[in-house]
Amino acid sequence: MTKTGSPAERFSSRNPDDFAVPTGREEDWRFTPMRKLRTILRPYQSEGTEKVSVSGPQGARWSIVGRDHPRFGSVLRPADRVSALAFANVSDILFIEIDAETQLSEPVTVTVTGEPGLNYGHVVVEAKPYSKATVVFDHTGNTTDTANVEFLLGDGAQLSIVTVQDWGSEAIHVSTHTALIGRDAQFDHVSVTLGGAIVRLSPTVRFAGPGGSAQLFGLSFAGAGQHFESRLYVDHAVPNCSSNVVYKSALDADSARTVWIGDVRIRPEATGTSTYELNRNLLLTEGARADSVPNLEIETGEITGAGHASATGRFDDLQLFYLQSRGIPEDEARRLVVRGFFADVLTHINVAALHDRLMATIDARLGGKPSDDAADLVADETGTA
Amino acid sequence: MSKLEIRGLHVNVEQTEILKGVDLTVSSGETHAIMGPNGSGKSTLAYSIAGHPKYTITAGQVLLDGENVLEMAVDQRARAGLFLAMQYPVEVPGVSVSNFLRTAATAVRGEAPKLRTWVKEVNAAMSVLEMDKSFAERNVNEGFSGGEKKRHEILQMALLQPKIAILDETDSGLDVDALRVVSEGVNRVRETGVGTLLITHYTRILRYIKPDFVHVFFDGRIVESGGAELANELEANGYARYGVNEPADTEAVAAGA
Repeated sequence: MTKTGSPAERFSSRNPDDFAVPTGREEDWRFTPMRKLRTILRPYQSEGTEKVSVSGPQGARWSIVGRDHPRFGSVLRPADRVSALAFANVSDILFIEIDAETQLSEPVTVTVTGEPGLNYGHVVVEAKPYSKATVVFDHTGNTTDTANVEFLLGDGAQLSIVTVQDWGSEAIHVSTHTALIGRDAQFDHVSVTLGGAIVRLSPTVRFAGPGGSAQLFGLSFAGAGQHFESRLYVDHAVPNCSSNVVYKSALDADSARTVWIGDVRIRPEATGTSTYELNRNLLLTEGARADSVPNLEIETGEITGAGHASATGRFDDLQLFYLQSRGIPEDEARRLVVRGFFADVLTHINVAALHDRLMATIDARLGGKPSDDAADLVADETGTA
Repeated sequence: MSKLEIRGLHVNVEQTEILKGVDLTVSSGETHAIMGPNGSGKSTLAYSIAGHPKYTITAGQVLLDGENVLEMAVDQRARAGLFLAMQYPVEVPGVSVSNFLRTAATAVRGEAPKLRTWVKEVNAAMSVLEMDKSFAERNVNEGFSGGEKKRHEILQMALLQPKIAILDETDSGLDVDALRVVSEGVNRVRETGVGTLLITHYTRILRYIKPDFVHVFFDGRIVESGGAELANELEANGYARYGVNEPADTEAVAAGA
């Protein structure tokens, strides 16, 4: 056997049959509860039980297009059987375009409301050169959804994605998000998973020209019976690009499970690369399990910086003691610590109403009442002066 | 008038007895300095009163105005009027100082302070401690210098207005300027009538904060009590008379180094 010094190329194919039906022993499926995924490992008839609605300001256009659309498949390289099946079998593609040299005044919001049934999904977002936009995906309801989402960023485009998985307790959602980032373009991707039985997201990034930047943030809050899995792949193959990954999970039931896989590859030609990955997992109860596998492959010495950090820990009793010693009751102290833990991910959600809604959902999960501070503030400002 | 009574307090850490019978009463308006060499159990006394889970009370009582403090949860003790300025304040990532202070004040006062007056109150307390306004936006103790941590502790003391405050080695790690500012902050709060238990190894902070009583702590108990003059004696001779070769005066430490 000859050693080339380079890792094997990640296999991808548009033909689902090029991927064997996974059993759960494969490296990329070994953390996933396969028993519950049997239906999505074979082709199925899409039952159309998801309602998709889109809203957005001037400068953004959207339509349902067919498989013959030139942008369909322009970014995606299916890397697992579920992605390949969804790509091969989907018929309706949501195509969103952001006009060149246009800064959107408001986000484009894609609301997906699921009812029980099987669905294939496909979205292409094209951010034309020097556009600046935020696109929100908001998933709620109970359904089975396998999907691919493609992001095509022109030179100098700035595209912020917020994808919220706030599914009902029965939902199964397996989706690949793939971005191709143009020269000097900036891609921010924030994934927030709060609900669903199984949510497995695979954000993948490639760079089409130098100077690109990708920031990938994730927040998962897994409760009883929930499996939330994030599999990231950042492929640096052009010079002077940067990537930054911050993923955080909290788990508050012994049957809760999170998985984070962070693969970064810096190819020989990707000189001047800067990359960092951080994964932190907070176990709020005994028995919860968080798996964390960072993997950095560096094939050139001429990089600016590369690193990763991963830690999984229990609640810090010293933090609790400190907060309680200031009179703050234990349950409120716990809420403060968990909110603080998530803060550096939530801060990247630049849509105020959505940020507040997610914060309220997290607070409610921690047993908190809606914060009275906002009301207090309003009362103070409108009150008798 | 409030009174903290410590009676026959014995405390273990794991299986080791650290406090071996401490008796002390601190009343409103009084400042007691507890001085002792390293390892004498001074900090154990502070943490035990505050309710740190690492410490096990094996005998004795702690009463605040007759109420049994040892039966209270940590947060109840604070709401009852106890405050501990810690030697090593804990970082709480992602929680801003302003959010933390307001949450604490709300808990201790029993209602959320009115926002407008609250902002003024915090700004005034921060200016006494020569803290920049931007401090409120930082995360609790995260990346704070030693001096900033101690200022932040005293800021909390000023805002939470305890009946009895325990200051655990508040002087440690402070340069002369920071020591002066922090001490002035403490003195401001003392004017409100708080009872203060000042725990320290060195006499230097006692130049700024004048104690009414000085107690020498050694091997888990108070071995000698007196007035401010006892501190002068320690400054001159260190802890030698208790069989420990440790000076109590920082200049002696510097000279000896």
